[in-house]
Amino acid sequence: MNHSRKKAMQEAFSYLTAILVGVVVIIPFLWMLSTSLKNKGALMQIPIEWIPEEPSLDAYRTVFSRFPLFRAICNSFFITVSYTVVTILSSSMAAFAITKLRFPGADGIFKLYLASMMIPTQVTLIPLFVIMNRLGLINTYPSVILPAMFRAFAVFMLVQQMRAIPNDYMEAARIDGAGIFRIYWKVIMPLTKSAIATLTVTTFMESWNDYLWPLLMLSDKNKMTLTLALNSLNGQYGTEYNLLMAGSLISMLPIVVIYACAQKYFKAGLMSGGVKG
Amino acid sequence: MKRWKTLMQAAPFMLPSIVGMIVFSLLPIVISIVVSLTDWNGLDKLNAQTLGERLCGLENYGAILRSVEFWNVLGHTVYYIVLYIPLVLVMSLFIASILNRNMRGIGVFRVLYYIPVLTSWVAASLIWKWVLSPQYGVINQLLGYLGVRGPEWLTDKFWAMPAIVLASVWKDMGFYGLFLLSGLKAIDTGYYEAAQMDGAGKVRQFFSITLPLLTPSMFFCVIMALINAFQLFPQVQIMTEGGPNGATQVMVERIYTYGFKYFRMGYAAAYSWLLFVIIFVLTLVQMKLQKRWVYYES
Repeated sequence: MNHSRKKAMQEAFSYLTAILVGVVVIIPFLWMLSTSLKNKGALMQIPIEWIPEEPSLDAYRTVFSRFPLFRAICNSFFITVSYTVVTILSSSMAAFAITKLRFPGADGIFKLYLASMMIPTQVTLIPLFVIMNRLGLINTYPSVILPAMFRAFAVFMLVQQMRAIPNDYMEAARIDGAGIFRIYWKVIMPLTKSAIATLTVTTFMESWNDYLWPLLMLSDKNKMTLTLALNSLNGQYGTEYNLLMAGSLISMLPIVVIYACAQKYFKAGLMSGGVKG
Repeated sequence: MKRWKTLMQAAPFMLPSIVGMIVFSLLPIVISIVVSLTDWNGLDKLNAQTLGERLCGLENYGAILRSVEFWNVLGHTVYYIVLYIPLVLVMSLFIASILNRNMRGIGVFRVLYYIPVLTSWVAASLIWKWVLSPQYGVINQLLGYLGVRGPEWLTDKFWAMPAIVLASVWKDMGFYGLFLLSGLKAIDTGYYEAAQMDGAGKVRQFFSITLPLLTPSMFFCVIMALINAFQLFPQVQIMTEGGPNGATQVMVERIYTYGFKYFRMGYAAAYSWLLFVIIFVLTLVQMKLQKRWVYYES
């Protein structure tokens, strides 16, 4: 009796702390939601209105009419999907060649990849700007998509996974007469499915939320991603927080929905670091 | 002959990645070194002929190291680190231990704690700017209920950096929390059973088993947090733009400002190499220091 009561107390305490941290996490979001439903006058109320007295969707309407926000959503989707596809293809192909084709110099190249991870991206910021300028790519989608061709971390992660695949699979496929591209696409890729799923989700998230590089590349209003659109909304309507909060909420929705659906792969990603085979 | 064959086989697979590495990594690194040795403004044509006139040796590096601003910027970063790292570690440890209990409905909290991580820094910065608004924000309102008059936060020279720390801890604790959670899950439950048999209480178990066995994960968190701290940028750029009166100027913000606002590309490039040196040295020092506090089972 006493023991089970102690256990129930402990459980209640656990829930309490979980909820307490949850409240800290969620208050800024609730404040965002509440603000986005207010009109301009209600913003500057003292004491503050926790729940808007006259909720309206005006802020959302205004934000879409004053700014090509729908266009920005499309841009974000296009850029993010392309960036992710390029990352996955380029990195998995390289990882496949490095681990399974054993060509001369493979180890040296892999070491070079690892070494390049040491250099912070800020070091290459200025020269990359110069290169994009020379190539005439500034203000174009490729300027933010092409850098996905080389992502050392993605290659590193996939190399770790592919090393764990026994070479017998390759040999068996080869004896069956499969060509090298077929082996890559039909044998190795399916076997690294979960790592690729994880990489897809995290790359998608990074690209969707990226700020500094798109800021330098895309200044044309019609090419802006959602984060840039939000940034320039901030520049134009810096005090109209109902608009800014409506924009922030819109920018968050897709990524939260994706996370909720693909949570499995996030979890798998955290675990797959240690589990082999 | 066989070597040649495997090389030809691998070539199409390596091509995109290698071209990417040369154009987007190796070449930029070389250019960055060269630019850091010039007083180039980013607008004039820079080629083999004009380069000679532009070269100024290590002048940029000397100028940065002699400037008071650089040391102030470093000071701000150290201030950020001193506040941020202990706070984010404690909070993420807390989150990890909450999520580690097998309670019903804990999945909801796992999603909830991770939402700030999913939010872009632009959105998070805007939200926090508004949350921290001195008159109309929720934080000062909540402090008001307790009878405390909240500071001016982002426009106060003293409180601006702590405000940025607060926002950063809020945004990052879910990430480190989930990372530490996977460390917690890897601890063999046998240790706890043995400790219980020996009559060790929950607190004792935490300090004698959980914490030591979690140090490898925590070490990784500290390394990541330190590297990220030196690369602090979007939240500063959007919340304070380095203000008030330069109180939140940090390295990447300076690189961005010098390079793309003042067009002093050489100076900015030299700044970025100093950033690299600092991160590199700090990581090495951490690797050396880890022997003192990180516990490896085998």
